[in-house]
Amino acid sequence: MAAAAFETPKLKEYPVIPLVQVGAMAHSKPYVAAAPIQKAIGFPGELVEDWHDKAIAKMGELLGKYRSLKVYMDACVHCGACSDKCHYFLGTGDPKNMPVARQDLMRKVYRRHFTFAGKHFPKLVGAEDLTRELLDDWYSYYNQCSECRRCSVFCPYGIDTAEITMAAKEIMDSVGMGQKYSNEIIGKVHKIGNNLGIPEPALEDTLLGLEEDTKEETGVDVRFPINVKGAEVLLVTPSADFFSEPHVESLIGYAKVFHAAGISWTLSSHASEAGNFGLFIGNYEQMRNISLRVREAALELGVKRIIVGECGHAWRVAYSFWNTLIGPFDYLDPRYPVPQHICESTYDLIQQGALKFDKEKNDDRIITFHDSCNVARASRMGSMPGGQFVIPREIIKAVANNFHDMAAGTIHDATFCCGGGGGLLTDDLMELRVKGALPRMEALKHVVDDHGVNFMATICAICKAQFSKVLPYYGFDMSMVGGVHQLVSKAIRL
Amino acid sequence: MSLLTILYAALFYAATALLVVGLVRKIVDYARTPAPLKIPTTPAPLTHSGVGLRMTRELLFFESLFRSSKWTWIFGWMFHVALLLVLLRHLRYFQEPVWLPVVWIQPFGLYAGFAMVGGLAGLWARRFLVDRVRYISTPSDHLMLALLLAIGLTGLGMRFVAHTDIVAVKAFMLGLMRLDLQPLPAQPLLLLHLGLVALLMIVFPISKLLHAPGVFFSPTRNQADTSREARHVTAWAAALDK
Repeated sequence: MAAAAFETPKLKEYPVIPLVQVGAMAHSKPYVAAAPIQKAIGFPGELVEDWHDKAIAKMGELLGKYRSLKVYMDACVHCGACSDKCHYFLGTGDPKNMPVARQDLMRKVYRRHFTFAGKHFPKLVGAEDLTRELLDDWYSYYNQCSECRRCSVFCPYGIDTAEITMAAKEIMDSVGMGQKYSNEIIGKVHKIGNNLGIPEPALEDTLLGLEEDTKEETGVDVRFPINVKGAEVLLVTPSADFFSEPHVESLIGYAKVFHAAGISWTLSSHASEAGNFGLFIGNYEQMRNISLRVREAALELGVKRIIVGECGHAWRVAYSFWNTLIGPFDYLDPRYPVPQHICESTYDLIQQGALKFDKEKNDDRIITFHDSCNVARASRMGSMPGGQFVIPREIIKAVANNFHDMAAGTIHDATFCCGGGGGLLTDDLMELRVKGALPRMEALKHVVDDHGVNFMATICAICKAQFSKVLPYYGFDMSMVGGVHQLVSKAIRL
Repeated sequence: MSLLTILYAALFYAATALLVVGLVRKIVDYARTPAPLKIPTTPAPLTHSGVGLRMTRELLFFESLFRSSKWTWIFGWMFHVALLLVLLRHLRYFQEPVWLPVVWIQPFGLYAGFAMVGGLAGLWARRFLVDRVRYISTPSDHLMLALLLAIGLTGLGMRFVAHTDIVAVKAFMLGLMRLDLQPLPAQPLLLLHLGLVALLMIVFPISKLLHAPGVFFSPTRNQADTSREARHVTAWAAALDK
């Protein structure tokens, strides 16, 4: 399936809610996972014969396991409050990308099989059987949701489409209709320890290379330790930080911060991945098993603290779920939050005066900050609600002189997803990714025009990869995006 | 005793039973279904009293809806507040003597009837005028608005156009509650009004009106942000640890 040609949306002066264009994105489907990928993580290799009955049974099981799903199937009143909130709807105009319509793809099956009204008066309440066509619609449109939760902010009942998308993916996986990109990555984590499939020797090589580069740049011996027993801190970071640009610049930043603060730290080859695609496919067991690698590594290395690098959904899983999935963390130093975000740690060190910066080294940059969806709406930093908005910005302001926020309504908990989250960061969804980035690109354009912004900092590996790819479609330079610790790295005094 | 009175009495007993049993079953079902992970939409309150405050703001002011869509909020909030006042005003048909607050509320409840109809009309207009809302509207969405609007209009009709014998209506209602049937006046507007109300009670637990109990059980709204401080393991998830 070669990517079909498509038109990049025009950046408009003011955001305009598009008119409904039925079927505009019906052709968008990611590659289906092949049998070996599916089987490696315990799912059927291809669509099973009795997929309909299995799918309905699975839906029943999930309705009994997740209160969110059960309540959200019932509570929607079709008020339309969410209808103009999804970046994929705003970028494509396809009505099935309105959160309510995306939910309805499952809700109509729920009504048909699990409610009195839907069983007896299906037409009246919009109940439908799960036909093969509808299942294909599920595959198409539940793979056009990045699980960013923006809709849940605006819904009067807090209905979170991410919960429904995750359930749909879980159901589709269970009948053999998995998504290649996510499921292949999950297999790699189990086999090798990280999403990119970097084996331990390659990882060690890379880290040695980084030590040499940093020595060359600064003249200082900044270490990038791995598998060091007895280190104080275990750093768990997205594996993109080891190999991808601009991600690696932030990894260098973390290392410099630990060096400057005199904190002994280590990476782990066993847990060389903060990302957790088990979240994206809504599979509790996968999410737990991937997380368990962190617990095993922490115990094996005997560390006192766990710090998580710049990654959005990883921080959601770490902050919101680790304690439940792989806790208790009674073997770690109770004086620090577990887990701790690298930004929390750096911010604390700045507050203590443990780090010094030459801010003017970042003077060539006029900076804005993109709140990553999972950090903004599914986690926290620091001790007060909303700390996840304050702390990264305070770090930026401590290491650089020029900062301008994007417009209210596009930041903080109303932030727009980059367009590549939720397991959609794959080339076979390029059209979706480009169009889904539209609302963020429009907000960025404003600060570029008004303030000359030339750098968008963010703390998510997916955001960084997505923007690097998508920025050029909108006429921006791909190097405009980078990490918060990339800025720290530039200004820190070693 | 007329057949009509017996019919309506039976209807109201049945509707009440269906409403109560249906709602209790749903609420028990929601309460028993586990919520295995912490998923509050953040920033979220850190304490349970904070959560109480968040829920109260949602319930009283429709805080999230206010952020999303001012038109929907205006019509939706107007309808719900008006409905509350109208319901309170109607309490006088079910008690003797009438509570003082219910007496005080009478004039407000009366004009709230117009606000209720206005709010419903606005909400219904959106289903035709906004293309996105038109796309998602099902027949039941329209019928629900029609039902509520018809209840409101027949109610207003009895007050302002064709008066009904409310003393007799009150006697009928009190009779229902005391299991001592009293004759129901055979006025068409009243019969229509009461029939529609009974229908609303019957469909409540099997329709989208479940948003009323549902909002209390929404994990994104009713959970405190304490995931680093406390584990949150439910029974089926704990079984995986074994």
